[in-house]
Amino acid sequence: MSALSQTTEVVDPVPGAGAPHLPQQPELIQLLTPEGERVEHADYAVDLTDEELRGLYRDLVLVRRWDVEATALQRQGELGIWASLLGQEAAQIGAGRALADDDMAFPTYREHGVAWTRGVDPLEVISLFRGVDNGGWDPVSTKFNLYTIVIGAQCLHATGYAMGVQRDGAESAVLAFLGDGASSEGEVNEAMIWAASFGAPVVFFCQNNQYAISVPLERQSRVPLYQRAAGFGFPGVRVDGNDVLAVLAVTRAALQAAREGQGPTFIEAFTYRMGAHTTSDDPTRYRLAGELEEWKLRDPIARLKAHLSRSGIADPAFFDAVEAEADELAAHIRSGTVNMPDPVPAEMFDHVYAEQTPHLAAQRDEFVAYHASFSDTAAGEGH
Amino acid sequence: MSTQTLTIGKALNLGLRKAMEDDAKVVLMGEDIGKLGGVFRITDGLQKDFGEDRVVDTPLAEAAIVGTAVGLAMRGYRPVCEIQFDGFVFPAYNQIVTQVAKIHARSKGKVAMPIVIRIPMGGGIGAVEHHSESPEAYFAHTAGLKVVAVSNPVDAYWGIQQAIAHPDPIVFLEPKRRYWEKAEVDTAAEPEPLFRSRIVRGGDDVTVLAYGPMVKTALQAADAAAEEGRSLEVIDLRTVSPLDLDPVFESVRRTGRCVVVHEAPTTLGLGSEIAARVTESCFHSLEAPVLRVGGYDTPYPPSKLEEEYLPDLDRVLDAVDRSMEF
Ligand SMILES: Cc1ncc(C[n+]2csc(CCOP(=O)(O)OP(=O)(O)O)c2C)c(N)n1
Repeated sequence: MSALSQTTEVVDPVPGAGAPHLPQQPELIQLLTPEGERVEHADYAVDLTDEELRGLYRDLVLVRRWDVEATALQRQGELGIWASLLGQEAAQIGAGRALADDDMAFPTYREHGVAWTRGVDPLEVISLFRGVDNGGWDPVSTKFNLYTIVIGAQCLHATGYAMGVQRDGAESAVLAFLGDGASSEGEVNEAMIWAASFGAPVVFFCQNNQYAISVPLERQSRVPLYQRAAGFGFPGVRVDGNDVLAVLAVTRAALQAAREGQGPTFIEAFTYRMGAHTTSDDPTRYRLAGELEEWKLRDPIARLKAHLSRSGIADPAFFDAVEAEADELAAHIRSGTVNMPDPVPAEMFDHVYAEQTPHLAAQRDEFVAYHASFSDTAAGEGH
Repeated sequence: MSTQTLTIGKALNLGLRKAMEDDAKVVLMGEDIGKLGGVFRITDGLQKDFGEDRVVDTPLAEAAIVGTAVGLAMRGYRPVCEIQFDGFVFPAYNQIVTQVAKIHARSKGKVAMPIVIRIPMGGGIGAVEHHSESPEAYFAHTAGLKVVAVSNPVDAYWGIQQAIAHPDPIVFLEPKRRYWEKAEVDTAAEPEPLFRSRIVRGGDDVTVLAYGPMVKTALQAADAAAEEGRSLEVIDLRTVSPLDLDPVFESVRRTGRCVVVHEAPTTLGLGSEIAARVTESCFHSLEAPVLRVGGYDTPYPPSKLEEEYLPDLDRVLDAVDRSMEF
């Protein structure tokens, strides 16, 4: 039995909840054990070339490095805040690499790994956290929607987008990301009802990282999350979220089913947020260090590395090359961040409407004139 | 010793504690308010002392936090809901404006809704979007709700207790960027009534109105104006619904000039209502139109631009100048 499945036998009682201990079937789909051994699963197979496997490893290492660098930049005052993906790399890379070019992804605010797979420049993601803009990248050309800070709102957008795909008779699917905490929001539940009711080609990808800020999963759900899908009328699966191969296999299958008209799937990627919720959070208030230590043994990168080396798919030279590439990426992120120009203040007024209103245009002019009256500020058109 | 130096955050914490000690029906509900003590630590230590039934870490569901408060209130409880940030009150908006606000009237007074909805409001902390908004006008526009916006530790300490003890639903706005501001609080003093505005600095030239986070800005502007020989009278509205404008009218009749300051977008903000009422009541005393200083009519901008967006003392002084020029 894997270390993962041992931890999930029983839902801890929630004090005051009055509910009995509920059995939690650890039906965790796994293709790579925490020790890095390849295992087979009857329903989910992946057959990847050595090059593809090395590519996944590279993705994992690079997004972790990006994340570590961004966390450091926040500590040094270069970013207002950062939502770390540490520990969730496999869930995000597995899900992101399962997307076909034409599929659309709807992230929350932590899906930097998925952004990476969609070709979004890390600096565009960082610009949001640096306070340079409220968006960053082009959601149309990247097929990666803007981050959504209001929890759960994007699940409805994803469902609507999927309904559009369905109406257009297009051959694509939609992947909506959410967290375990988000599963409690009304809007998320409404999205799942609609998706089921209309058979929309949308896959709900829930990263169960065990906490919504400080609140543990048990406060959000008295049954394993993947089992909720049954109540909405579509399949739910739980995958080892620290196993990039299993996540890839399960997400690919779900997206394919959606494309083929079989409607939604709910995927629970069982994982762990190894860092703080964001850089403003203090996880020592709500979790014990031992828990983190335990999850470190299931590190998504270490297990793929073990597999690649053991099976001779990658050699030390390859790992060194990825490290070197990560160093380069980190340097690019660092210099790109500290040299990122501040936004031009008057641009605040520019995209509020597709068609500018006279009122706002006048307000903009006043703003520019007012700032021009201070000699040392450049509020207007340029720097 | 009943006088202590407290931050606004700590004053709220102590006020909540006192309210819970005084009334066993007071129940706190919100995301992360238990072990974590809330993201701003306002409820720090309360769960430890009052238990998980009275300081409830809720699922992540704002409509449920407020919607279940309605049911609890019907059973005689006094729920105090914490909304984590201003921008996250909107999932609960339906419950607040269609249910909480109207049940007393619809039941012809048979059912009271003694619910407090605490919201850390406003900008200036360098956050990402939806963490810096000023939603007061949405609530002030809804009959049946009262909207309080505190600006200092004394009002925070007393105001939260008074709001909890009050029979009507109250949206209680906390100036998040001022949580760390300190003042002496006399916890044995007789508190001022909740729904009254207060002159916080006397002056003769222009009456400046503010509430919540902007009170400090208005006072800074008054200091700067004083150096130039101008005397601003600063009034802290303290409650934005119902508005207590009699002291304002009196002041404006004396100064002849009025500037209203808030962070929320200017158009259809509280300032618009206040300008209309001051004009109606003080028309013959006014030397200049009532001027508004507010946020621009744009979404709250990325944090690198919030200094440009938020009214600062220069913008207040600019309005004072314009008023004086009439
Ligand atoms: C509607 C809403 N309420 C509250 C918040 C504040 N908040 C930000 S993240 C978070 C926890 C989210 O937990 P989960 O859905 O499990 O995702 P995770 O952050 O763990 O990835 C909360 C409460 C928010 N962003 N939106």
